[in-house]
Amino acid sequence: MTGPVLTHLGESWLELGPTRTAERDGPWRAARDAQGVLWLALDVAGSEANTISREVLEGLDRQLDAIEQDLPKGVVIRSAKPGGFAAGADISMFRDLDDAEDVAQMLTRGHAVMDRFEALTCPTVCIVHGPALGGGFEIALACDRIIAVDGASFGFPEVNLGLHPGLGGTFRLTDRIDAIEAMTLMLTGKTAHTRKARALGIADAVVEERHVEAAARAAIAGDLEQDGPGLTDRAMALSAARSLAARKMRATAEDRAPKDHYPAPYALVDLWEAHGGDRKAMQEAEVASFAKLVTGETSRNLVRVFFLQQALKKDGGGVDGIAHIHVVGAGTMGGEIAAWCAMKGKRVTLSDPDTDALGRAIRQASAICKAQHLSGIETRNALDRLMPDPQQLGVPAADLVIEAGPEDADIKAAIYAGIEPLMNPTATLATNSSSLSVAALAKSLKRPRRFAGLHFFNPVSKMQLVEVVTHPDTFGTVTDQLAAFCGAIGRLPARVHDYPGYLVNRALTPYLLEAIQLIEEGHDKQVIDTATEAFGMPMGPVELADQVGLDICLHVAESLKSGLDKPMVDIPDWLSQMVENGDTGKKSGKGFYEWTDGKAQKSAASETGATDDIADRLILPMLDACVECLRKDIARDSDQVDGAMIFATGFAPFRGGPMHYAGSRGIDEIVARLEELSEAHGERFRPDPGWQDMG
Amino acid sequence: MTDRPVYLVDGARTPFLKARGKPGPFTPVDLAVQCGRPLLTRQPFARDAFDLVILGCVNVIADEMNPARVVALRLGMGAAMAAFTVQINCGSGMQSIDTAYRYVRDGSHDLILAGGAEALSHAPLVLRQEAVEWYAGMASAKGALDTASQLTGLRANFFKPIIGLERGLTDPITDLNMGQTAEILAHRFGITREQADAYAVESHKRLARAQEEGWLAGEVMSAFDREGAHYDHDDGVRPDSAVDALAKLNPVFEKPYGKVTAGNASQITDGASWVIVASERAVEEHGLSPIARIADSEWSALDPSIMGLAPVLCSTAITRRQGLSRDDVDLWELNEAFAAQVLACLAAWEDDAFCKQVMGLDGAFGKIDRDRLNVDGGAVSMGHPVGTSGNRIVLHLANAMKRKGLARGIATECIGGGQGGAMLLEAVA
Repeated sequence: MTGPVLTHLGESWLELGPTRTAERDGPWRAARDAQGVLWLALDVAGSEANTISREVLEGLDRQLDAIEQDLPKGVVIRSAKPGGFAAGADISMFRDLDDAEDVAQMLTRGHAVMDRFEALTCPTVCIVHGPALGGGFEIALACDRIIAVDGASFGFPEVNLGLHPGLGGTFRLTDRIDAIEAMTLMLTGKTAHTRKARALGIADAVVEERHVEAAARAAIAGDLEQDGPGLTDRAMALSAARSLAARKMRATAEDRAPKDHYPAPYALVDLWEAHGGDRKAMQEAEVASFAKLVTGETSRNLVRVFFLQQALKKDGGGVDGIAHIHVVGAGTMGGEIAAWCAMKGKRVTLSDPDTDALGRAIRQASAICKAQHLSGIETRNALDRLMPDPQQLGVPAADLVIEAGPEDADIKAAIYAGIEPLMNPTATLATNSSSLSVAALAKSLKRPRRFAGLHFFNPVSKMQLVEVVTHPDTFGTVTDQLAAFCGAIGRLPARVHDYPGYLVNRALTPYLLEAIQLIEEGHDKQVIDTATEAFGMPMGPVELADQVGLDICLHVAESLKSGLDKPMVDIPDWLSQMVENGDTGKKSGKGFYEWTDGKAQKSAASETGATDDIADRLILPMLDACVECLRKDIARDSDQVDGAMIFATGFAPFRGGPMHYAGSRGIDEIVARLEELSEAHGERFRPDPGWQDMG
Repeated sequence: MTDRPVYLVDGARTPFLKARGKPGPFTPVDLAVQCGRPLLTRQPFARDAFDLVILGCVNVIADEMNPARVVALRLGMGAAMAAFTVQINCGSGMQSIDTAYRYVRDGSHDLILAGGAEALSHAPLVLRQEAVEWYAGMASAKGALDTASQLTGLRANFFKPIIGLERGLTDPITDLNMGQTAEILAHRFGITREQADAYAVESHKRLARAQEEGWLAGEVMSAFDREGAHYDHDDGVRPDSAVDALAKLNPVFEKPYGKVTAGNASQITDGASWVIVASERAVEEHGLSPIARIADSEWSALDPSIMGLAPVLCSTAITRRQGLSRDDVDLWELNEAFAAQVLACLAAWEDDAFCKQVMGLDGAFGKIDRDRLNVDGGAVSMGHPVGTSGNRIVLHLANAMKRKGLARGIATECIGGGQGGAMLLEAVA
């Protein structure tokens, strides 16, 4: 909420020294000030954020020609983009490189520029505001001093793309700060925010933007001390000490992700263990290792996932025009949706006839704010924006009403009958139903064209995807608005058409039901879960069913069963019995597993016994359902399906998505395997006709 | 320039929450946000349509200086929203309405949010003056010897803080506690312990009935704290209150013979209240339906030791100015600081000599029928968050007049320090 005066003044001005008026030379603007200090502003054309591309490095190389010829008193380097220093390397750079040799050559040229810059004999200062990630962070590390503007953050997210730093980050960061801390940053991909960055010694000073020039001058004059390397660093120069630390790092990495699926952390640990403390050797090894990773299967798929995410983000572009959201139903989902929207700056009213449920929603909202590391003031503001509204006062004022009531068409129709007449006629009504037909729900409405599905996943704060489900009469403007709304609250919209289970639950349900069938056949639940975890799923289907809630699974399964051509597993009576007994999974503390402190209690033993057959029985029907959705135009294309499945269910990211996995395993093989399974286990495995159009 | 009509269009308050020996879940600003949100949400106009926010608050906490402005920003009323806090002790919540009334009447403003907020459970502990001086000495001590010599000045009672609230409820001119001023009035007007207790029981019964009948719906809005607890009613009410039980309580302020007990005095309570004050233009522009018209207001003052009698002065000043007789006022909200104090006011109005000599009337103003006075309970049963009560009685008077279809009412309160405030409301035709 910025008033007109501050809006006029502008929230902040970047101190760009003499470069403010300098011509752009490639991605750089350079100019010397009266004191003989050279200011270098990174300002990549045609983009809101800087990314480090070949052009950036070649441009820097050209600048260095001039700098070396007439050495300035010092060099100040910063970004001219208000959003931050740099978002990292231009990932598209690596997309078309298949050959590790080519990559290594390209990297070596980049390293030469960085080394040349680092070797300047005049003082160099990097000013960082906003994020300095990946390659941006690496440029900063090549400077003598780093000055952080409050709000700056530093990180190497490469590991999320199946990589490690490749432009000198591995040795420059382990050199500059405590090596263990440096390795932790690189292994986790986490970002060090200003205060943390200062404490770690990444930033040598933290200043407000208004003091940047004075701080830069002080740094060039030599008045800014640098924290020396700590005690641990000297210890880590010993290879025995490094080996010990490396062993611990590998063990931690193994807890997070197995080496077969995610090799990057292991490669980084190997690199440091072998060469830590020896810059030259580490540099060469970094280039070789990075080139190998970036041309490998995992990284290619993770980079693909990054672009899938960008594409979904783009689908959520535009202005939503939604200031006030009214959420009906303060259950787990309604409460979380309300809390999330409030946290993202929207005004939210949340209604429920049960005031205790409203109270629980507020407590849950406080917990989410805490988990998202909101400050005390941010939390207060978020909770101020979230108003429990037992009397539904917020409905007339709302631009969007999200119904998150019980999964019962009659109850929903009754809710709509009460709410729709109170709504602003131009407001949008959306349902968070996870499986009911949006078209059928629209039938009871006066304004069905302003109605669509807005299906969030549990937990809202972790699952980025939201399905925007349209029925044939939904206004296109409403779909666009809802997609933009997803973008405004930092979620990824997948625009899909009405269908039993929409896209994600259509694909996920056979996976969960097959697990129940396997249990029915006498397989151990942990063996079942292990089979798909080995495939790369974040959790197995049995545990997932518990987490989603067996009552919800049962309901989704029943509603899908009646709406689909393809036969489904017969739901065993004992499952309904479990639900009736209240053993609904995580939320009740008992489902297939016992749940304590939000964790499924598993026995250590049954690791073995998982077979490919089990994995295929679980995974392939999911792929088949995706093909069915594509054939029926429920989803737009394979990429959308892959993105949706990854960001809604956590489908093994390093596989690049279900459709991409099908492609890489071979369409023919999958179809053949499905035929085999259908012979052995029944019609539900019969491959969808849509497979013919794949590949 | 003729006076412009001024309307009270809506209002809402939090439940009044009895202080239970520890800080309650809400600060004054939190309380004002809790009831401000639903009030603003149910308006047909945007939050930045207001011209001004005025909030009465006596015990402002250190984190919330000028609470009016803090609330305005937390309610999302926009960076450009002017807001100030007013304080006239127990009349602050009415002072905010009165200020708004005068601004709208003179034509300079059209739409003002006027409230009161108080969290008496958050009243600070105050260090003794000697302790403050000792701390200052320590802070400026130079060298070990100086520090050591300062240390010797330490006294055990420095750590025995004074409850700020206790000081706040004591008149600094006469050094009389508010309860003692009620004792003085009880004595002067011959109010008995039994009468005071009976009044208190009736207050509880009336509030309980109003809660049960839903007469407070729309006025009292549920408050929710961060831990998930919600508060939907004035929790100091004791529907089973009875005279014989109250008779067992010991006097609080003047032991052992006093008449004022915890049972027949107002409760220490947290709460906030808002009303929306609007001009004719604002009413038309936004299509509002006023619940009452603010017709007049008055402040009076007298000797601090008999502060509880001031409502008689300010209310009578209004009736005289407006040419109203006792029967013309259909409904009264006379804030129940103390049962004995309310009864003393009623006695004064019935006192021929008092009305003639003090107020210049021709004779006794007359007996105010109990059926017209505090019909839905008052501060004895629901509590008296000091900066809020004046706002609450105006809001409730408007709502009760509307419910009963009555034409005219006066809300009035006594104010620690020897003052009184009154406001005349008229039904909207």
